[in-house]
Amino acid sequence: MNYYYYPGCTLKTKAKALDASARAAAECLGVTLTEVPEWQCCGAVYPMAQDEVAARLSAVRALLAAREAGVPLVTLCSACHHVIKRVNADMAKNPDLRQKAANYLGLSTPYAGETKVLHYLEVLKNDVGFETIKQQVKHPLTGQKIGAYYGCLLLRPADVMQFDDPESPTMLEDLLRALGAAPVDYDQKNECCAGYLSLTDPAAASRRTRAILTSAREAGAEALVTACPLCQYNLSRHSGGSLPVYYVTELLEAALKGGNGHA
Amino acid sequence: MPETTRETVLRISGTNTRKCMLCGKCSGSCPAYDAMDYRPHQFVAMVERGEIAPLLQSKSLYACMSCFACVERCPRGVQPASLIEALRAMVLREREHTRLPAQLIPELIDAGTPQQAVVSAFRKLSK
Repeated sequence: MNYYYYPGCTLKTKAKALDASARAAAECLGVTLTEVPEWQCCGAVYPMAQDEVAARLSAVRALLAAREAGVPLVTLCSACHHVIKRVNADMAKNPDLRQKAANYLGLSTPYAGETKVLHYLEVLKNDVGFETIKQQVKHPLTGQKIGAYYGCLLLRPADVMQFDDPESPTMLEDLLRALGAAPVDYDQKNECCAGYLSLTDPAAASRRTRAILTSAREAGAEALVTACPLCQYNLSRHSGGSLPVYYVTELLEAALKGGNGHA
Repeated sequence: MPETTRETVLRISGTNTRKCMLCGKCSGSCPAYDAMDYRPHQFVAMVERGEIAPLLQSKSLYACMSCFACVERCPRGVQPASLIEALRAMVLREREHTRLPAQLIPELIDAGTPQQAVVSAFRKLSK
């Protein structure tokens, strides 16, 4: 199973644990992730403005590299996944943006969305299989009550993201069950943590994360998992340590290999 | 002065306000509702009526979290978040209206702030 892998800016800096645990688990599962050569930051937010071309180009460059290599492009950070998946859809569906991107990049053959964009979790579910993962778990997370936090960017808008049911997703819970944990359902799991407002409006981030943390705690969660460094930061910052927030890949690595203390 | 026409907002946002059936689900879904002066359903209605100037002054432009709840839950495929982004872009494209000067960043971050927070805030709040 060969893929191009797009880590993104934060996985190389503040979220090294997300990157390292994902790579270690992939290796255990026979998934070969080749880092996209000379990738650039995706910009972290999808440019909704239809006349923004330059803000889409770094995603197009990564998508082009995968097209040339003839492999799917795997992302892990929720923001990178959101940006790259939606820009890919723009290139497939919007001839004006496609041509402008080709003009900027000097492409003789415009990029028209040929690359398959997969989130790491989609590779685990569809290509490896949760049943296979379950059989490879050596250190099951038995009895651990864990809330899956999806947030917004993986799920919405569902017609483009096609990740899971946008109102009642189960992919993370299904993975947690394969790892032996006891996932806890709670009503704020697909609501926003306030994301980028954490910088300029920390009160908004505080209000949102408290609502999420309270909802998870009241449902009996003893920890949360996420795939997004900004969610992880926002939630951890406001939990006061009372509800640890792990990257889902950290629990995956711990269940497969033991060790790192999170399991 | 930024461009202020309804057509500009519709062009940049790529959405069609005429499809709105006034159900209010967008505002009912919005996690930033309490922090907004004009709410998502009002953005749709006011853009449709061509009342653009008050929206360019709205604090809602900086309260929207871009979480796409309104986009996902609209039964008519209207995209209130895209209208808000288009209006925010119209303001920020006037250079003096940048909301996040780079020299402010050191005061706003701590040792754990992920790059993603800084990059996304710049993309949303400056030009």
